[in-house]
Amino acid sequence: MKHRIASLVLARLAIALVTAIIVSFAVFFATAMLPGDTATILLGQAATPEAVEGLRKAMHLDDPAIFRFLRWLAGVVHGDLGVSYANNMPVAKLIGGRLVNTLKLAGLTAIIAVPLALTLGITAAMLRNTLYDRCLTIAIIGIVSVPEFMIATLAVLLFAVYLNWLPAVSFTSEIRTAYDFARAYAMPVVTLTIVISAQMIRMSRAAVVETLNTPYVEMALLKGASRGRIVLRHALPNALGPIVNAVALSLSYLLGGVIIVETIFNYPGVAKLMVDAVSTRDLPLIQSCAIIFCFGFLLLTTTADIIAILSNPRLR
Amino acid sequence: MTSLVQIRDLRVEATTDSGRTIEIIRGVNLDIAEGEIVALIGESGSGKTTIAMSLMGYARAGCKIVGGSVAVDGLDMVALSEKDKAAVRGAKIAYVPQSAAAAFNPAIRIMDQVIEVVRIHGVMPLVEARAKAKALFRALSLPDPESIGDRYPHQVSGGQLQRLAAAMALIASPKVLIFDEPTTALDVTTQVEVLRAFKSVISAHRIAGIYVSHDLAVVAQIADRIVVLRNGEVQETGTTADILERPQHPYTQQLLAAVAPDHDVRRDASAAAAEALLEVHEVSVGYGPLRSDGQPAIVAVDNVSLRVARGRNLGIIGESGCGKSTLARAIAGILPPFAGGVVFDGRELGRSARNRNPDQLRQVQIVFQHADTALNPAHTVEDILGRPLTFYHGMARRERNARIDQLLDMVKLPRALRLRRPAELSGGQKQRVNFARALAADPKLIICDEITSALDTVVAAAVIDLLKELQRELDLAYVFISHDLSVVEAICDDIVVMYRGRKIEQITPEAMARPEHPYTQLLLSSVPKLDPTWLDRLRQDPEQVRAYCQR
Repeated sequence: MKHRIASLVLARLAIALVTAIIVSFAVFFATAMLPGDTATILLGQAATPEAVEGLRKAMHLDDPAIFRFLRWLAGVVHGDLGVSYANNMPVAKLIGGRLVNTLKLAGLTAIIAVPLALTLGITAAMLRNTLYDRCLTIAIIGIVSVPEFMIATLAVLLFAVYLNWLPAVSFTSEIRTAYDFARAYAMPVVTLTIVISAQMIRMSRAAVVETLNTPYVEMALLKGASRGRIVLRHALPNALGPIVNAVALSLSYLLGGVIIVETIFNYPGVAKLMVDAVSTRDLPLIQSCAIIFCFGFLLLTTTADIIAILSNPRLR
Repeated sequence: MTSLVQIRDLRVEATTDSGRTIEIIRGVNLDIAEGEIVALIGESGSGKTTIAMSLMGYARAGCKIVGGSVAVDGLDMVALSEKDKAAVRGAKIAYVPQSAAAAFNPAIRIMDQVIEVVRIHGVMPLVEARAKAKALFRALSLPDPESIGDRYPHQVSGGQLQRLAAAMALIASPKVLIFDEPTTALDVTTQVEVLRAFKSVISAHRIAGIYVSHDLAVVAQIADRIVVLRNGEVQETGTTADILERPQHPYTQQLLAAVAPDHDVRRDASAAAAEALLEVHEVSVGYGPLRSDGQPAIVAVDNVSLRVARGRNLGIIGESGCGKSTLARAIAGILPPFAGGVVFDGRELGRSARNRNPDQLRQVQIVFQHADTALNPAHTVEDILGRPLTFYHGMARRERNARIDQLLDMVKLPRALRLRRPAELSGGQKQRVNFARALAADPKLIICDEITSALDTVVAAAVIDLLKELQRELDLAYVFISHDLSVVEAICDDIVVMYRGRKIEQITPEAMARPEHPYTQLLLSSVPKLDPTWLDRLRQDPEQVRAYCQR
């Protein structure tokens, strides 16, 4: 049985690796297909054809796409993400600080959102069809239906403009005390928590409700088990797979999907960096950001699948 | 003397999907004395499980106890608060479920589940509980009593799980035990062992309890008294001997008659030489990808040959997993065999239904076990029966309508049911529609795959009678697949016994008293008899049991 688990996990990792290669391929060629010639963009309209030609040679832009892709991939593997076209700085250096910021925001949101969402989801399942459950369901559907830029904008209007409690934008460089930190992060974190919690609540509620309807839960009830024991000991372990998957999907959104929130709050994260890179046609930077988002997503979903495999008692 | 359990005027209501409330238990009175086992018997929907569950103050979702009292050892389980009920459940009253396989949590080791009651109620130290559990495992003759508790539920067999569930119920020495059809899901050879184990622990611990079952023969072995239920009302109560020998109520008599179906005088033996309708030649069927030697990964049917004469019936018996349904699917062409061939009416049939012509398809029909899943819930009875009429016979509307009425008459369903959907029919009615659909094709051979297994005894007996009658009128041949030996015995001219994908013996119903193959002997001797002393007198060769039972 141990052997079977190992082979399943290895198979899952192999799939992840293959997916990673395909994704890199897709990212590279999608950006390569963007209109406009890089050399012309870099040198400006006034450049002589000779200069453009020289630069194309120097940047290997005339090589077949597949060689460029392999060279770029080799660079990515070695941590060399290339040099930004816009300001000639190594992409790795540009992204480094931004990635830390994004992870900080994502981590903080996850710490608040995951326990909150799971608690709400599980309690809704325990008290299903009660007033509490119905109110929660209605609230969630309401929140899901409101786009995040709306939530973010309303939050800015309310807390920054009318009440003047919080700064409208997050200047992460000026944080000195915990109070500053809380003020800077409060709105982005709350907005993101609202955005990602809804799905986690729905999914964990559904997963737990399903296991609560099983004969072994009825059996636990007939053994005299308390409600808490029934849920924590009997229902939850069997609902773990779908719950972890929902959490992973929601968290992966934090890595790549926060463009709108970062833009509205002017938060210096990777997503904001990517938006800026698009406006300057900074191809290496766009590619690197996209790759980071994809790999983050892949890492989370793979982890979720492996947890689901490990938590399946039939494979133990 | 007051009894241990006193149920007075119990009333339970259920809310249907459409929001209607119906009374499913209508004023039931029941007493259980110390050390007495009372059996609740009746068809599905008679309320037997609901009554048993009320002893724990519990009603399943959608049901509600609306009146009466259920006193267990002086406590009224209906009136107690949820917290007080929990304190009694598992400690004073314990439950042995119908399907232990579903009632064990797949994610927790067996030992932890068995001693969970002790953990919840704190009746003894856990070390002591583990020792007691092992002693119970030994008393229930489970293999490896020392280590079986370390396994997960999926790692032990169904029969073992059922006994482990009994150990789980007994761990805190409850006063009352509820057995809810605990052997229904088991094969007969396994059932013998489990019943023996139950019986010995019941007498060793002087347990009082309720034994819910639809099988009178099983109940006869265990119960002191029998309560016959129908539509949520008690029809008759009496000692086991009284009920079996001197049933008073007509319904009880009907139940008893259904258990022992009348054996027709079989047609003369010369008919056995009649022309063959279906010949199956050395057929092998399997599942999964083909290996290099041309065999699939799992071989479910291995080299089976059989022959069905025109207008005659062949029974196929065997326990779950012996390949009998797979064989049926191979004959019907649903699952093409990887070796061997099927000859029908003198002509070789294509292995797959796709390679057979419409007329060949029409002549061999299959009826599945679960009418619930075999009938499209969105179609009316008229649509269901009309489809084969159009498909095989190209009937136009008027003709089709007339034929649908005829078909309904044949299976003895009122014509008024034409416009109903399957959900609006009872189990027996659905199975009749299912059968009428096969008849609509005007087949020569009908393969009946466990068609009575999901039905109650009385209903099943009526369906069997119908099959016999139609056979006389329409000159049909049946291949009748079942694990229920008495049904097969009642309708078949020849019986094929299957074991692990192989045909091990072919016998006639007359020869069932003295089969030759040791497995057939074991199988036939394991079928419970109405005689209450059957289990105690049953002697089976332990060597045989070990060789053939996957307990």
